[in-house]
Amino acid sequence: MASVVPVKEKKLMDVKLGELPSWILMRDFTPKGTAGAFQRGYYRYHNKYVNVKRGGVAMVLAAYMLFSYCPCYKELKHQRLCKYH
Amino acid sequence: MNESLFTSFITPTMVGIPIVLLIIMFPSILFPSPSRLIDNRLVSIQQWLVRLTSKQMLSIHSHKGQTWALMLMSLILFIGSTNLLGLLPHSFTPTTQLSMNLGMAIPLWAGTVATGFRYKTKASLAHFLPQGTPFPLIPMLVIIETISLFIQPVALAVRLTANITAGHLLIHLIGGATLTLTSISTITAFITFTVLVLLTILEFAVALIQAYVFTLLVSLYLHDNT
Repeated sequence: MASVVPVKEKKLMDVKLGELPSWILMRDFTPKGTAGAFQRGYYRYHNKYVNVKRGGVAMVLAAYMLFSYCPCYKELKHQRLCKYH
Repeated sequence: MNESLFTSFITPTMVGIPIVLLIIMFPSILFPSPSRLIDNRLVSIQQWLVRLTSKQMLSIHSHKGQTWALMLMSLILFIGSTNLLGLLPHSFTPTTQLSMNLGMAIPLWAGTVATGFRYKTKASLAHFLPQGTPFPLIPMLVIIETISLFIQPVALAVRLTANITAGHLLIHLIGGATLTLTSISTITAFITFTVLVLLTILEFAVALIQAYVFTLLVSLYLHDNT
């Protein structure tokens, strides 16, 4: 094992703040790499919270509700509680 | 008032990017595929429900009709989950759009008709004339039966759209009325109760999926297996 590990192979928590731009640029931005990143993230969440013996999707539904509030915000802006509309 | 009532049915865009496709694909996340012999709570419940529904639904079909099992089960799961997710606040329900329901109804209906015509041509054509009709009535009856055949996909789509849209609209209206009546009491308690009851009844949107798949089922049955 080398005494100085190259930047590319470090995990995000081990990367120093000054090396952050070069670490980000070295990530795999090809379609296959992006898809792999999404897949890894999904399975991390799934195996931690859903795929357990008594797991559930309540958090997913709550996040979906908050996420679907964003497109509605423009129309709902007028429904604030005020004296004159 | 008029403009704000139907704005919840426009296809959602976030900073100009339409995210409808994401919302249509979202229910698939809620159905994880079973990987073990005995899975977690969620997957076990879904497996049990799918087995129950498929057994009940496919029992009346012959062997040929049962090849449609995957299609029918995925249809009922998709429409059921989409309608139920639409009951969450602020969410967008894709099945309120007539375009999507027509896109589901027309190919499926056409598939059943094509299967019937391909494998049992004489029997399919015989469906256009019920047994025992008086001789002078035959031309008119053939026309009527043709019209009723071609109206089937339109009826399927419009039924689903109208039911879900009407339910959502009613919830908006009654909820809005409740809010404005909070300054005037005793009526508000009643109306809040109405909202509650209506929401529970609306959760029988799942029953609407039953209606959808059952109608499709009956059509398939008739066309395919006499």
